[in-house]
Amino acid sequence: MAAPPRSPARTSWLLSTPALLLLIFGAAGPLLIVLVYAFLEPGEYSGVVWQFTTEAWFRVFFERDIFDGTVSPADAHLTIFWRSLELSVLTTLTTFVIGLPMAWFIATRPANQRAIWLFLITIPFWTNLLIRTFAIMEVIRNQGILNSLLIRLGVISDPIQILYTETAVLIGMAYVYLPLMVLPLFAAIDRFDFRLLEAGYDLYASRWQVLRRIVLPIVRPGIVAGSILVFVPSLGAYVTPRILGGGKNMMIGNFIELQFGQGRNWPLGAALSLILLAIVLIALLIYVRVTTREDSRHG
Amino acid sequence: MARRRFSVTRFPGFAPIALTAFVLLYAPIIIIVIYSFNASDSVALWGGFSLKWYVAAWGNEAVQDATLRSLVIASVAACVSTIVATMAAIATTRRSRFRGQTFIYVMINQPLMVPEIVTAVALLIFFAAIRVATGYQGLGYLILAHSAFCIPFAYLPIRARLEGMDLSLETAAADLYATPWMTFRRITLPLLAPGIAAGAMLAFVISLDTVVITEFIKSAGQDTLPTYMLGQLRRAITPEVNAIATALLALTVLLLTAFFLLTRRRG
Repeated sequence: MAAPPRSPARTSWLLSTPALLLLIFGAAGPLLIVLVYAFLEPGEYSGVVWQFTTEAWFRVFFERDIFDGTVSPADAHLTIFWRSLELSVLTTLTTFVIGLPMAWFIATRPANQRAIWLFLITIPFWTNLLIRTFAIMEVIRNQGILNSLLIRLGVISDPIQILYTETAVLIGMAYVYLPLMVLPLFAAIDRFDFRLLEAGYDLYASRWQVLRRIVLPIVRPGIVAGSILVFVPSLGAYVTPRILGGGKNMMIGNFIELQFGQGRNWPLGAALSLILLAIVLIALLIYVRVTTREDSRHG
Repeated sequence: MARRRFSVTRFPGFAPIALTAFVLLYAPIIIIVIYSFNASDSVALWGGFSLKWYVAAWGNEAVQDATLRSLVIASVAACVSTIVATMAAIATTRRSRFRGQTFIYVMINQPLMVPEIVTAVALLIFFAAIRVATGYQGLGYLILAHSAFCIPFAYLPIRARLEGMDLSLETAAADLYATPWMTFRRITLPLLAPGIAAGAMLAFVISLDTVVITEFIKSAGQDTLPTYMLGQLRRAITPEVNAIATALLALTVLLLTAFFLLTRRRG
């Protein structure tokens, strides 16, 4: 240790304090206010009335008839939850099916080429998400490249409506989050001992058996990491469903925004945010548990 | 055997899928870039090469305004987050483990874990209360939020660089009676510089990209380039958006290439 000060822990805390203060005021702290707001009554135009109630949580799942007060499940909300979950799972699967060959391809390139291929994956990863979503919109629009091309080739006579459908949201999210699947998969495959494949083939395993029995189990931490990295932002997606899904194909993120805009129900929006946060934290906990178990198994 | 030589690392179909995916990954972006040079008014037909959409975007006051604001926020946020992230990285790697280190890790990585929409909502509520209490409407909210959000992105490359650095030079400096500050100034900082530069660049790029948080907490008339584009997408799309997107893309690729070269030279 360089020049041990009298109280190392105190110096470390002092050095970390500016970062912690920024994070507390600019990111983490306000989450506690959301927790409080979820138990208040909505204000007439926006904001809240300081009156404790669990109505917001009730409203997440149920609705009350204005006239006779009968309670029924909030079908519209459940549809949005279901769509978010469905699209996020499908996005994760799609990126895995495409991402595994990509990661494998990069990891099996000669060492001097590998950095270039990785860089090619990283560029879209850091490129503005809005621009990438916008690019997909340009491709799948009715007058876009895809439809024009298909019409010119004579495959179809009228443009197919893809934009503003759930399919468009799925295509967009898979496109946008693909690098998040490829990078951890690559990291896992990169450490892979390829002699294991030889051993497998020596024992007369078929390609499929080698893939299923040797490759997939060993790169499992990468699969888990990639899936979480794709699933979590998919579930909270806001920009992609807003641009590609139009008004009809809302996901939780857009529904939350609605409560702070036209919906004028901040407590409901706060409760929905907390539900989303809870699901994400559960997913992350599963991830931590799976990866630490793998680590201890491999020493 | 007449068949191709057997390779253990080959799986049939993997290479074609991978190459197709790489093409599909870049095709939409390349289309945007090409169409930003389109002379035709239509977004679908090609009418020859022209820079007119760049001229139009450049002359658009709203775009100028949003560009300037984006650059100011990104510069300030990148500086602030890089400085505090460097301090935190030194505290968490260059010293013996201490109580509460895990807490600091979790706090620093928190913006990566919490969905952006949730952070956006939380900040909206928090800043709305401050607005009511103080009447302040300035850029401070956006700068604070962006600085905090960029901290993990600045922190990670700096920490990676610190962990790869040999402690012996710092120990030698201390043995020669250098004060901790001198050791830091003359030894640690110069060695760490590429990591700090890389962290600052990532922070800058992330701040330029951030759209959800900005959209939620900006005061009236405080559009950044991404929120301006988001607003435009709601209406009829003009090729002008292509030009703006291309310009932003070029800036990002430039910074990332620099980042790539900076981090690659290590070791």
